[in-house]
Amino acid sequence: MVVPLSDTGSTETETLALPGDGLREGIVQRLRDALGAGVVDSLVKPGEDVWIRVTAEAWRAAGMALRDIIGCEYFCFLSVIDWMPSPYGRGEDDPTQPPPERDPTIRQGYAGGETRMQIFARVTNVKEHFGVTIKADIPDDHPVVDSWISVYAGANWHEREAHEMFGIGFAGHNDLRNMYLPMEFEGHPMRKDFPLLARIVKPWPGIVDVEQLPGGDDDEEEEATT
Amino acid sequence: MTDLADRQKLSYIAAQAADARLNVELETEGMTLNIGPQHPATHGTLRIIVRLDGEQVVWAEPSAGYMHRGYEKLTEVRTFPQVTTLINRIDWLGSFANEVPFILAAEKLMDIEAPPRAQWIRTILFELSRIANVGLFLGDLGVQLGAITPVFFAFRDREYVLNLIEAATGGRFHPNFDRIGGLKDDLPAGWITETKQVMKKLRMFCDEMDDLLFGNEIFQSRLRGIGVIPADVAKQYGLSGANLRASGVDWDLRRDQTLPMAWDKVDWKVWTHPDGDCFARCWVRLQETREATKIVDQLLDTLPSGPVMAKVPRIIKVPEGEAWVSTENPLGEMGYYVVSKGDLGPFRVKIRSASFNNISIVPWVLRGVYVPDVISILASLYFILGDIDR
Repeated sequence: MVVPLSDTGSTETETLALPGDGLREGIVQRLRDALGAGVVDSLVKPGEDVWIRVTAEAWRAAGMALRDIIGCEYFCFLSVIDWMPSPYGRGEDDPTQPPPERDPTIRQGYAGGETRMQIFARVTNVKEHFGVTIKADIPDDHPVVDSWISVYAGANWHEREAHEMFGIGFAGHNDLRNMYLPMEFEGHPMRKDFPLLARIVKPWPGIVDVEQLPGGDDDEEEEATT
Repeated sequence: MTDLADRQKLSYIAAQAADARLNVELETEGMTLNIGPQHPATHGTLRIIVRLDGEQVVWAEPSAGYMHRGYEKLTEVRTFPQVTTLINRIDWLGSFANEVPFILAAEKLMDIEAPPRAQWIRTILFELSRIANVGLFLGDLGVQLGAITPVFFAFRDREYVLNLIEAATGGRFHPNFDRIGGLKDDLPAGWITETKQVMKKLRMFCDEMDDLLFGNEIFQSRLRGIGVIPADVAKQYGLSGANLRASGVDWDLRRDQTLPMAWDKVDWKVWTHPDGDCFARCWVRLQETREATKIVDQLLDTLPSGPVMAKVPRIIKVPEGEAWVSTENPLGEMGYYVVSKGDLGPFRVKIRSASFNNISIVPWVLRGVYVPDVISILASLYFILGDIDR
């Protein structure tokens, strides 16, 4: 899978591969100073990006700190990840056969996590040209976090969407109407345990597309012809 | 021009005062007006509910969701190469630009990079879709303000660009041309000379628009000083693209981040405007279209030779990880937060589309404006419904 980098790209890659990233590690440090135990975990990819995980209680304070201390005034997006592996797979199962065994272990992504639902948002500093991805665990038994509306006004619609699609409550948001679905709709479509019925009734034949073509011996070694 | 605006304002105030006197006598009630779902100013099916007090908007609320297609859910049941078919349809006027950030995110996770020629062609097609998209905006803007002529110019000249995109990719609106590791194909013979001619025509089109619309007194008085969005409000709402730059924020993702694309290899300018009103937003878009033709010209001159596809495995499995890549699309910042679990398909894709944020400011910006200005403001914010609802 190693690809020779182009001549123009190689110099950039060398600078990106430098160990450490003062800018992004400084962000984590300043957030730690501001929030104390509110910052749980962080991950810095030098020269690329930074992920910071805070507690659900510190969610709003983290937004304030990012806006006022780090200078991330630009609100990019806010959403939720459901880390539970889908019990329906990717909808490629044969409906006539019993469903295959699936690993139900929940594995969270960058900067770790302890709960099934995780809220994450991205804000950007448009002066110094960097962005921060911030995450927080949402307790499974009481899926409510503080609203970011008073920090970033643009969070309004994003929180409505998250409420509708994932069933997350936002304390301080008094207008959590549905954006897309009728108000009497039951369930939260973006949760992994919400089945995509069209796919289960008639599985997608697309899986055929990635099956081995005649002549290909080993798929990992096989290289696409240009 | 300012005299005209002042006179207009004075006549508004006089009318308001007369209304107020009447209202006291007659005790009128507010009126609720529905704009849309089917309205020429909405580029699709967006409904905007405005509550009026006389001619003035006291409260406005866009009601999106008439075109929700659930792409975020659908990506979870598709393989990585299949996703580009879906995301082509988010912003349907600049489809190729939608594919690029997703492919770049997948490439970032797989740690591969497209060969230089593919990067160049990607950037060229990206800018061509910007021209097709924003060119139509310029024409449409005229129609929404009551000028019929510009839209015919826009459709005529957009056709040249669409023909180019069709010649290179096979699809006029939904190219689906980008692949993980490069492009599906190389450019066809004769495409470069043809493109250069079209770019000349497009620069003429920009000059025509400049004369027809931007130099027009009525056009200016309809847009100047209307719907002002200050920079700090724009940033809080996450406005991006020309809407943000028109508020004086010098922020362009093509220049301000390192991506394996060719923008940093050519000479171009990021246009900003300090006013933040409707006119500034439209003016910045016009300048960007001009700038895009220059970018395409320069890239065609420096197009490197070589393959257009890196070596990638036939079955694409993306290693576990998370990646966020966003680019400066015709409508603004378009990005994908891709979470992979080392599977054939993504685990979760968050699609951050520009229009969703751009239109979420509507309740704020419409408060207190007059009914005819509602259309000017909506037109200048420029949104595409597929880009709001996804």
